[in-house]
Amino acid sequence: MPKLRGGLAAVAFVCLVANAHGQSADPMAVGRQMLAEDNPGELWVERGKMLFYQKRGPKNTSLETCDFGLGPGKLEGAYAQLPRYFADTDKVQDVESRLVTCMVNLQGFTYQQAIKDHFGTLDRMSDIEGLVAFIASRSNGMTMNVPLIHQKEYDTYKAGEYIFYRRNGPTDFACITCHGDDNKRIRLQDLPNMTDRKQIQAVAASWPAYLGTKSTVLTMQNRLYECIWQMRLPDLGYLSDMSVALTSYLNRQGNGAVIQAPGVKR
Amino acid sequence: MAEPMKIRATLQGDVADVRILMLHPMETGQRKDAKGDIVPLHFIQNVVVTHNGKVVLDAQWSQAISRNPFLGLRVKGAKAGDKIGVTWTDNKGDKRTDEAAVAAAAS
Repeated sequence: MPKLRGGLAAVAFVCLVANAHGQSADPMAVGRQMLAEDNPGELWVERGKMLFYQKRGPKNTSLETCDFGLGPGKLEGAYAQLPRYFADTDKVQDVESRLVTCMVNLQGFTYQQAIKDHFGTLDRMSDIEGLVAFIASRSNGMTMNVPLIHQKEYDTYKAGEYIFYRRNGPTDFACITCHGDDNKRIRLQDLPNMTDRKQIQAVAASWPAYLGTKSTVLTMQNRLYECIWQMRLPDLGYLSDMSVALTSYLNRQGNGAVIQAPGVKR
Repeated sequence: MAEPMKIRATLQGDVADVRILMLHPMETGQRKDAKGDIVPLHFIQNVVVTHNGKVVLDAQWSQAISRNPFLGLRVKGAKAGDKIGVTWTDNKGDKRTDEAAVAAAAS
């Protein structure tokens, strides 16, 4: 993987420079800063914007009237309050399940058509990833503020908390196993301690994110799918109650974070 | 499918700091797809950057450049409002041109 090797060399170079100057306590931060300034995730935002206003689907309509919780078509700040309860579907929905609801109801796609290719690969880009990057970026600079007003919002949050701490599967893993202490790593990747307010806020603020190693934007659904896979549990169903519950718990814990999406990661 | 580039050009003194993001698969010809077949070479071969129509950079790239490449350069003697044009051509003959105006320095 020439791409990966290039990335490592670049990081090593940054470390050398930082050490030579003796300025940075965290040499990796310099590299991350350099990445953030030229985030290819911006290209996904542009693509998502194009898709959002384009007339698509059997009903040949755009997503402009989609209600993400603040009223039809109001995107500014909507992502900052997701997941939340929606009366029309009688469900707590995250940004992706809401988006799919709109694709089905407004644009006339079938559910299967809407969620087809939900995760992008190297061979084809996913429309959902672009759209989610665009919608999330409309809340940039705003504070994460996930509501727990409706009973179902509270129940979903509590379910997420339960799952987060629940040990499962052949390796007896819970989310907390890796995300409960400071300074844990998997190889070179720092693992955020999600019981720490500051660190969980940093997580909530920076997803969806562009991943250099995958050359694509990953949504939270995709990230959680990978976590569950890494824990050797059965595949996490796309838009499943479990994924929404975990998102609800994590975003709520991240309340107060200033959103800066899409983030950029290794 | 040539998707639009994202070009940012900001003035720093009399030098324009130009940052270009391109969306391109940049296949190395080494990767195999899900079926095990080799994905053929597909990469940006030539990049031309112009400043008010005058060529300031003409680069020949190879498959060693990463996917969704980023290119940064500084253009001397630029003024606010000047046009920076970027054109890439890949080995399949696909082409894309985008233009951006140099923005005044952020104070």
